[in-house]
Amino acid sequence: MSWNDYFMPKTLEEAVRLLAAHGGRARVIGGGTDYFVDEAHQPAPEALVDVTRIADLRGIWEEEGYVVIGCGASHAQIVASPIVQAHGAALVEACGQIGGPQVRNVATLAGNIAHALPAADGAIALLALDGEALIAWAEGDAVIREWRPLPQLFRGPGQSAIDSTRQVLAALRFPVRAPSEGSAFARVMRPQGVALPIMGLAARVRLRDDGAIADVRVTLGPAAPTPFRAQATEAYLRGRAPDAQTLREAGEMLLGEVHPRTSPHRATAAYRREVIPVLFQEAMGRALRRVAVLEGG
Amino acid sequence: MTQATTNGKTTRTAPLTFTVNGRPVTVDVRPSAFLAEVLREQLGLTGVKIGCNEAECGICTVLVDGAPVNSCIYPALKANGARVETIEGLACGDRLHPLQQAFIEQGAVQCGFCTPGLIMTAKALLDANPNPSEDDIKHALKDTYCRCTGYVSVIAAIKQAAGQNGHSALPETRPPLNVVGRPLPRPDAVAKVTGAAKYTDDYVFPGMLHACTLRAGIPHARIVRIDTSKAKALPGVAAVLTHEDVPGAKNHGLVYADWPVLCYDKVRYVGDAVAIVAAETREIAEQALSLIEVEYEPLPVVDDPVTALAPDAPKVHEQGNLLKHIHVEKGDVERGLAEADVIIEGEYETATTEHAFLEPECAIGRVTDDGRVEVYVGSQIPYADRKQIAAALGVPESQVRVIGTLIGGGFGGKEDIAGQIHVALLARATGRPVKMLYRRSESLIFHPKRHAVKFKVKVGAKRDGTFTAMRIELWGDTGAYASLGDKVMTRAATHASGPYEVPHVKIDCYAAYTNNVPAGAFRGFGVTQSCFAIESAIDELAHKLNLDPIEVRRKNALRVGSVTNTGARIRESCGLLACIEKVADALNDDLAQAQGSWVFRRPDKPDHVYAWGFAAAYKNTGLGGGANDCSTVEVEAFGNGSVEVRTSAAEIGQGLVGVLASIAAEELGLPYERVHVLLSDTDLTPDGGPTTASRQTYVTGNAARLASIKLRQQLAAVAAEMLDAPADALVFCDGQVRAGDRAVSFAEVVQQAHAEGQSTRLSHLYEAPKTQPLGTGGDMHVAFSYAAQAALVEVNERTGEVACLKVISATDVGRAINPLALQGQIDGGIVMCIGNALTEEFIQEKGIPYTDRLARYKMPSIRHAPEIVSFIVEDETADGPYGAKGVGEISSIPTTPAITNAIYAATGVRVRRLPVDQDWLLRTMKAQRSANSE
Repeated sequence: MSWNDYFMPKTLEEAVRLLAAHGGRARVIGGGTDYFVDEAHQPAPEALVDVTRIADLRGIWEEEGYVVIGCGASHAQIVASPIVQAHGAALVEACGQIGGPQVRNVATLAGNIAHALPAADGAIALLALDGEALIAWAEGDAVIREWRPLPQLFRGPGQSAIDSTRQVLAALRFPVRAPSEGSAFARVMRPQGVALPIMGLAARVRLRDDGAIADVRVTLGPAAPTPFRAQATEAYLRGRAPDAQTLREAGEMLLGEVHPRTSPHRATAAYRREVIPVLFQEAMGRALRRVAVLEGG
Repeated sequence: MTQATTNGKTTRTAPLTFTVNGRPVTVDVRPSAFLAEVLREQLGLTGVKIGCNEAECGICTVLVDGAPVNSCIYPALKANGARVETIEGLACGDRLHPLQQAFIEQGAVQCGFCTPGLIMTAKALLDANPNPSEDDIKHALKDTYCRCTGYVSVIAAIKQAAGQNGHSALPETRPPLNVVGRPLPRPDAVAKVTGAAKYTDDYVFPGMLHACTLRAGIPHARIVRIDTSKAKALPGVAAVLTHEDVPGAKNHGLVYADWPVLCYDKVRYVGDAVAIVAAETREIAEQALSLIEVEYEPLPVVDDPVTALAPDAPKVHEQGNLLKHIHVEKGDVERGLAEADVIIEGEYETATTEHAFLEPECAIGRVTDDGRVEVYVGSQIPYADRKQIAAALGVPESQVRVIGTLIGGGFGGKEDIAGQIHVALLARATGRPVKMLYRRSESLIFHPKRHAVKFKVKVGAKRDGTFTAMRIELWGDTGAYASLGDKVMTRAATHASGPYEVPHVKIDCYAAYTNNVPAGAFRGFGVTQSCFAIESAIDELAHKLNLDPIEVRRKNALRVGSVTNTGARIRESCGLLACIEKVADALNDDLAQAQGSWVFRRPDKPDHVYAWGFAAAYKNTGLGGGANDCSTVEVEAFGNGSVEVRTSAAEIGQGLVGVLASIAAEELGLPYERVHVLLSDTDLTPDGGPTTASRQTYVTGNAARLASIKLRQQLAAVAAEMLDAPADALVFCDGQVRAGDRAVSFAEVVQQAHAEGQSTRLSHLYEAPKTQPLGTGGDMHVAFSYAAQAALVEVNERTGEVACLKVISATDVGRAINPLALQGQIDGGIVMCIGNALTEEFIQEKGIPYTDRLARYKMPSIRHAPEIVSFIVEDETADGPYGAKGVGEISSIPTTPAITNAIYAATGVRVRRLPVDQDWLLRTMKAQRSANSE
């Protein structure tokens, strides 16, 4: 692995112009914790454009009803952020489980999303939060910025709709938490072999005044080539009271709409089907308890 | 951006300005350089260690603006303007940081290679959270690995540094002598906690070249053609060598010379070396590898030891795939089975596992002015290296010097030749120093592993649990080359019936060649595998007979007077029953809290079930089997009152330097600090033999003891004159020689000896008591160590996840020479064996390693560290130094079956294949439950 330049632009405009100037031979990099460990980058890019030092995209802030996470924000920053803790508990839990402190201090959520792995914890949690991504690129003299819903970013396993030689995933955002809303993330890791989760699942639930479910998101992976949103299960849950029987039935329904695969050395489809309802119960339970805590106090 | 030119290659550099350990620094770096390389290579901060280059092991941790990062994949330029802290910046002059001090005092330093990373990760934790809980510690250090300590002492050290009362008291041992028996810190501990300790990759010589190896990449093929011309033409390449450039022996090997130095006719596994390159930089060498053309004619692959022995199996070696058939027989097994009231039959299988020592292999070769070859290497057997290097070079052994550096973990994985011969060849070819450092990915596919073994076990017993017979068959996968496969599988076979007296035993063991990565020595040496099989079968038997599993073992345990399966009579030093009692008593105290039941639940964890399991083990000390097991130690006293102990025996983290220092200090009446130990330089230190078979404390320890006694006797004669007292009335103590109330200092006695023209340097060759080969029925080993363990597991009934929460351990080591180092061996062995049970598997598919990076080899992290309650049994062996026998392996043997037996108690599922797969476990639990409900 060898590149001639390592750029750390201070503005988004500078970043997209650097990419444009290299005509596809430069590549965006976040923390690099996935990129640098994968030895199979052929041919190596001419230059890397590190987008973690863009002055106004290093932090996490609230803006126009959204929580915005800049592309420079590390997993550690997200976990420690009072804003994310208040509005996106599922994301805090997901980001807190990735790697150890050394990786979380460097790896960015934007990089995790741009990598487009179906089991990416952060992507699954952000999908449950109705996340969106700000994509920026140069077109002639203009710099285009466009918010896109998260699902549009994933084409397939490890295949991102973002062209990281031309575009920058500049920021991520999700709506601030509504009253009576809670979220949570749960996962099962394989203790042997490859260091990837067997299954991760996020839930976000909002309750009506009568205690029934007003709206809900259930997202999981790897259950499909891209992070998966269980819309049939969500539809079933809407309008129902989240009692034990409903949740049990929803767990069964969830199994009806996902098609987990057997991944060699990682998990069998049968095992994944065993743990999906378990994770669903765990994440939903925790999300509902969060609503109760918020309502109670 | 600037341009620099080396050897015709233009390198772009950029300035990096940052603060390192409080000092402002500006260096020009390659834009693609990572921080670890810059710190190590450009700033000389070699306390920063690189273990994997893939952000998995965490030992390269440094702090950037206070936050721990993996410096191996942190772009150097990203640190521009930052404040970087490394291990070198922690101490204030001679005053150690509280973490450094605590790591030393708690025995949290063993091989030392991960120590800087652990300490820096812990520093970041304490800076942010001065009073962390144990959970906080485990959370912060979850991705900073250590393979030696088992993390227990690491946790204690961090607690101590935080001002908490961290110390788990050391187990009770016999009252100490002056030095022996005291929990003294390692002599090399300060160097290891400050980053000053030098491992092979930390050495740099002027004009040094960097070397790489072209590996086969396919598991079995005939070599048709090798063309190195393009690689040789690449600017910056100094040499490209193939088998044609090996002047001497074409093969190496510790027992059988079957392993090509560079492959000539065939390649037999993916990691086989085909060509080697030395170049100005590592990048050029790697580029040159890609220019070497090798044409192969692929051959059918054999990847399983059972199918390898089929008559029509493809042959890995010309003589066939059977490396060795090992037969153990006692009594008449058919008669024993006929006498049994109950017979248990079962098949078991263990996985190939990886040592994952945190220091990847490295060697440096150098030709001296007088034409000799020097090889710097962290090796477990320096004299065997010298022999094999000399043979390959076709020169006398006197022309080769092997200089042992510190070793970042071995566990048996650094006994075979790695790059030693290659760097010698390249140094001779180029006339320049040559360094060959393996990347983790290369280390994984190259070096010998723990044998995967398949077992068929049949155990017959009376209704009361008395064993009548055991019939056991084993098939071991020794991979492409013999390595120590013959010896390992012999040990697996002779220990296969467990530490029990069984009247009728028949064991047949087959070690087979395959096209998998070779298998050889790994802590436990085959016994880890057989212990799992036999202890599982015994547990099954106990359940079938509705007997207490501990009682069954107690009834059959080896004791003085017993005859082993090889026909040896146990005459002394058999502490197995004592170990069983210690564990049983402690377990009873625990069980009392759970109404006496081995299986219980907790109200706060409704989805989990908890259970205890039990297992026992034994392990030989020393080579045994008729091998000439000897060691030579040289001891020299100096006029300043200090002593140096010299031998070529490896310090791989186990604590040998401290053991030898303690022994010499004891015998010469010196403070521990006055003894310096010099290890592993074949020009300066005599042969201590291989560091294997838990033999160094016993064999080299005895050599050190006897050499020290000889020196004491010589000095006593001198002191007798000085003090006008009979030599046998003198007392050597506290650095003095005393006769009643008169005394002279040790230093004065040495000075007087020198004045009289005496040399105060002498050596002793110790030969361990004679042993007998397998099949002759005599003493096959000089001693055995024994252990019993109980493990508490937690099984999540909804996910199949298993955790080992607590281990009660009792170990008979003969005598504890250094209780602190001993506990490190026990903790580390237990946690390594938890890995063997629950996490570790080196996966290969048709001879192709799937585990080709550390991210695909899960070993225990700090989160796997259980509570350990340890008891030491000291049933002395007459010929051991102060009664000591081996400790290096025994603790790492019974934990696996203790865990799998606990899983059976918890779930009713018998684990027959390692490691335990939660996926399989959950599905089997469910299937069993639905079968039972029908």
